[in-house]
Amino acid sequence: MADQGEASAPDTKPRAATTRAELTLYASVVAGSVIGSVLRWLVGLALPWGTLFVNLTGSFAIGLFAGITAPGGRWFVGPRVRQFVMTGVCGGYTTFSMFSLETLRMLQQGKVFAAAGYIALSLVAWLGSVWVGDALAIRFNRLKGAKP
Amino acid sequence: MALLWAFLGQLVWVTLGAAAGGALRYFVSGFVGRRIGQAFPWGTLIVNMTGALAIGAMAAAVRGPVSDAWLFGATGLLGAYTTVSSFSLQTLALAREGGTRQAFNNVAYSVIFCIAATALGYTAATVIVGAHG
Repeated sequence: MADQGEASAPDTKPRAATTRAELTLYASVVAGSVIGSVLRWLVGLALPWGTLFVNLTGSFAIGLFAGITAPGGRWFVGPRVRQFVMTGVCGGYTTFSMFSLETLRMLQQGKVFAAAGYIALSLVAWLGSVWVGDALAIRFNRLKGAKP
Repeated sequence: MALLWAFLGQLVWVTLGAAAGGALRYFVSGFVGRRIGQAFPWGTLIVNMTGALAIGAMAAAVRGPVSDAWLFGATGLLGAYTTVSSFSLQTLALAREGGTRQAFNNVAYSVIFCIAATALGYTAATVIVGAHG
């Protein structure tokens, strides 16, 4: 499709190339989102606290991966892989909507303290795990033999 | 055998929803980021708020957690559309670079606005479609 565009209208070549790069990023995000979401669905079938579990482990994973692949980090990956893992897999795996709905259900049942506790526990779990993931990445980046 | 086909059918609904939800999140967060700027993660906040509104409406309108509509719309589409991982990472970055206040605001806005949006979506759909419990 992009080749046709280039052949028929040479002056639009940079635009076609940009479009193709953008579509590749979309494809990476979509592929990652499907993998992450199917994982989340399976975790939810297996665990009663599925939402809390996926959001905790997903926050840990994005903190670790973002740190290791950051500029100056130990691994170099291109934007496609970064979008695939972070925006795609981690984004599809974690869910804010289900957390909101579960909290609303507690409030509707009059369980105000349970809802407040669930919010507090979730925030500690999400932010604590992204912090731990990031801290581990910093340590990993500093290991002997790391790239300068 | 019937169980396997049922599982594969459900897998297809989750997959289709997730593909649409992931692409939509990438588009919306990018669009908002380009319009408003990247200093504060408005893109993720708006994605999560609109997804929370929609799941509240779905919860009121769609019966049961195992229908195909739920697997496609809630588990797949809205589950993939909304995100906690980006929220966590952006909050950590704000705490480091933008200061504690910005990070606190992101947490407070996300929790309060998203739960309120889910309640709003639920109430609106209950009024329009009728409650299923």
